[in-house]
Amino acid sequence: MSAISNRYPLWKYLLIIFVIAAAFIYAAPNLYPQYPAVQIMGANAAVVDDKVLNAAEAALQKADLKYRDVQLTDQRILFRFTSTDAQFKAREVIQQTLGEQYLVALNLANATPAWLTAIGAAPMKLGLDLRGGVHFLLQVDVDSVMQQRIDGDTRGIGQALREEHIRYSGITRKANNQIILQFNDKNALDDAYSFVNRRYNEFTWSKQDNTLTGELLPEAVFKAKQETLEQAMNTLRNRVNELGVSEAVVQQQGESRVSIDLPGVQDTAEAKNILNKTATLEFHMVDAEHDAALAYREGVPPPDTHFYSYHGQPILLMNDIILRGSSVVTASSGFGEDGRPNVSVRLSGTGEAKFTKTTAENIGKPMAVVYVEVKSTPSMVNGKQVISYQTQRDIISVATIQSALGNSFQITGLANPNEARTLALLLRAGALPAPVTIIEERTIGPTLGKQNIHMGVLSIEVGMGLVVIFMALYYGVMGLVADLALAMNLVLIVALLSLLGATLTLPGIAGLVLTVAMAADANVLIFERIREEMRRGMGMQASIHAGYERAFVTILDANITTLIVMMILFSLGSGMIKGIAITITIGLLTSMFTAITGTRAIVNLLYGRRAAKRLSIGI
Amino acid sequence: MEFFKHNTTIDFMAQRKWAAILSVILFTLSLVSLAYNGLNWGLDFTGGTQIQLSYPEAADPSQIQEKLQNAGFPEAVVISFGTSKDVLVSLVPKEKNPAMMNDAERSKMMSEILAALPGAKLNQIDYIGPTVGQEMASKGLMAIIISLLGTMIYIAFRFDLRFAIGSTVALVHDPVIIIGIFSFFHIEFNLIALAAVLTVIGYSLNDTIVIFDRVRENFRKFRKADALEVMNQSINQTLSRTIMTSAVTLIVVFALFFLGGSLLHGFSLALIIGIVVGTYSSIYVAGSLTISLGLTRHHLLVVPREVDQRP
Repeated sequence: MSAISNRYPLWKYLLIIFVIAAAFIYAAPNLYPQYPAVQIMGANAAVVDDKVLNAAEAALQKADLKYRDVQLTDQRILFRFTSTDAQFKAREVIQQTLGEQYLVALNLANATPAWLTAIGAAPMKLGLDLRGGVHFLLQVDVDSVMQQRIDGDTRGIGQALREEHIRYSGITRKANNQIILQFNDKNALDDAYSFVNRRYNEFTWSKQDNTLTGELLPEAVFKAKQETLEQAMNTLRNRVNELGVSEAVVQQQGESRVSIDLPGVQDTAEAKNILNKTATLEFHMVDAEHDAALAYREGVPPPDTHFYSYHGQPILLMNDIILRGSSVVTASSGFGEDGRPNVSVRLSGTGEAKFTKTTAENIGKPMAVVYVEVKSTPSMVNGKQVISYQTQRDIISVATIQSALGNSFQITGLANPNEARTLALLLRAGALPAPVTIIEERTIGPTLGKQNIHMGVLSIEVGMGLVVIFMALYYGVMGLVADLALAMNLVLIVALLSLLGATLTLPGIAGLVLTVAMAADANVLIFERIREEMRRGMGMQASIHAGYERAFVTILDANITTLIVMMILFSLGSGMIKGIAITITIGLLTSMFTAITGTRAIVNLLYGRRAAKRLSIGI
Repeated sequence: MEFFKHNTTIDFMAQRKWAAILSVILFTLSLVSLAYNGLNWGLDFTGGTQIQLSYPEAADPSQIQEKLQNAGFPEAVVISFGTSKDVLVSLVPKEKNPAMMNDAERSKMMSEILAALPGAKLNQIDYIGPTVGQEMASKGLMAIIISLLGTMIYIAFRFDLRFAIGSTVALVHDPVIIIGIFSFFHIEFNLIALAAVLTVIGYSLNDTIVIFDRVRENFRKFRKADALEVMNQSINQTLSRTIMTSAVTLIVVFALFFLGGSLLHGFSLALIIGIVVGTYSSIYVAGSLTISLGLTRHHLLVVPREVDQRP
């Protein structure tokens, strides 16, 4: 007991000061107000310059919309407003003035000073419940993609075997990950077995009697599904950008779901119309050799063709797709010389060569543009929700090929400018690889968001205030030390949440409030222990030492079990309760620092010297 | 300021029979209520449509419900929500499931609802597909079970299996009683209330561990004390802390309950119940059960080391 020292070495103090200073700096951006803003960026390489700025400013002036300030930086214009009302109106006005060449998006601009931004400090993002907006959860039909993939492989294997002159009697797809090959003689089976093992090694192949069964490896299935989901997320991100929401969050949730948060958006109809459309275009040659009407009456289409209906008349299209929507690089809607809406398309990459060649060979013949849309309809079967998908193909135009089509051309025959706009948007943003269905939707009004922030902040203030008073009353000076640590803990949590780019939600605020109690508990444990040792007659220095030492194990044990529970809570995955789990986890970790190391540092400073006589701990 | 001038010597364990009876009664009542009343599952778990409306002045939920029923929504349930000016309209899927409608039908439904309720301002619309809800319910139950197992394993490692069983029974006891109370009073149990239940598991465990830690320490210190005595002593020694921490936590949770708004009502209510029940169960369920399971000091001692230290 002789060598009890309640002193910290200098480096510990420096470390604490450093951590606290850093916490204040990184928490600071949250103090600056945020303004509703409208952001203008160029689509399709359109240039954003002073001319655009002047046009936008003139438009706002004409509409009598006042803005706080405007910035033109790095191909981006940012108008800041004082009210969301003005922001919404301004977005419409600017979009109308500038046209589709520019992406005009709602944004939330913060007034963080440049030097803070330069060191990576940014305010916490606010969840939808704190600022209003729409939340969607989309189910991506990854199974349909798997089916398509296996279908493709089945065709590919059949063709490869024919090329290798290995004779098989049948090839079929079973389930979504199996291919079954049938043979008449054993030699062919063996040849095929060694061939597919070499060429198609994502499958595990097994021989039985006259059949060869290939099953796609689980890793390959997983990879294919993940790729589909990532591709869907990419497309959705593009579409969200097109919607004009700059701070949208598109995230994977589980194996086949994507969650989308659109802050600030209130009109769900437009968002939904664009988000879950699995639309794309296909270009087909029209079969001009057969009489479509005659064939339709007979009910049998000629080989390699399919019936379609165009202006109420049957028409035959070749099955071969000469161009897909995925080859489109840019698309913009406009009006043709005849005053009818059209979409100008520019191509590049893979599809173009075939398209140019086919059109060159077929000058004077008709070509059809087919709009392909997969519609999903949820229905209840035996009390379970079942989503069924129907592919709908409509001819939107049939035109005679005038010349070999290069990498840019126009699509005409659209019903109205709106349809042209949507088509151009979908072509630009890319097609979804798989059909998607909205299975969850939450809309939160902006006033409710403001109210939620207000209530959240108020409960932190009141909860924290009462705890601070209570601790000071009960533990005297030591209580004040704990209060200081509590305040520091809050600053540290806010700093870490801002640094991690976490989203603050109302449940997250509830977690924050709870953390105050949990952090106070650590100090209660320590102080009660010190009191106990003092009552037992131990000296002041020894009591402080023993209190911190013994309480530490207990605090650690208690916190680890809480952390286990929080991790499980986090894994539940719903955004709302993830918020609680994140704030409590961070809060517990930081409270270990503030409540133990932090208070000890102050206690050592106050009472660590020999001169100190009486410890103010409420007894 | 002090709650107790000296170390208390309350014989907590003397009442453990009565406490056990009380716990069994509460536990059984909770299960009975769950079996009879069921749980008022929130939208997160059932799927359906929920609309939050606010009125310029105090609104009467039963009147609104009547208006909606007249307008062709017999399944609508209207409750007041937070303040008297806010109401929550739930259209839980029954025969005619709003979640199954397509967009046109749903927007038609919304305009019909708003037309039936003049003066109402739309604050929030939630629509959740039934599959998501069912999945969330089963995931939530899994989360509770895994939490219990995970913490049990940790305690078995750090202390002793008897402690682990004692504390786990205490931990099962707490959520069941919370859910039982939610069921008895028909309070909506939503996702965030579930989060509160899991948080209570963490909180209640905190309390238990603090006591167990002291039991371990006391066993090492007093060689001849018997388990019952040590348990009593440990609970008494940590009593100030238990009261203080419960008080501090209750303060902040009450702040959330009164100021946090309607969204957090379920959460803070579950926590308030959980803190009271959890504090009690740490002492009477976890503590006394561990004693009943036959805990002795040998279970917590590192034997070989002691042998070495003999002269």
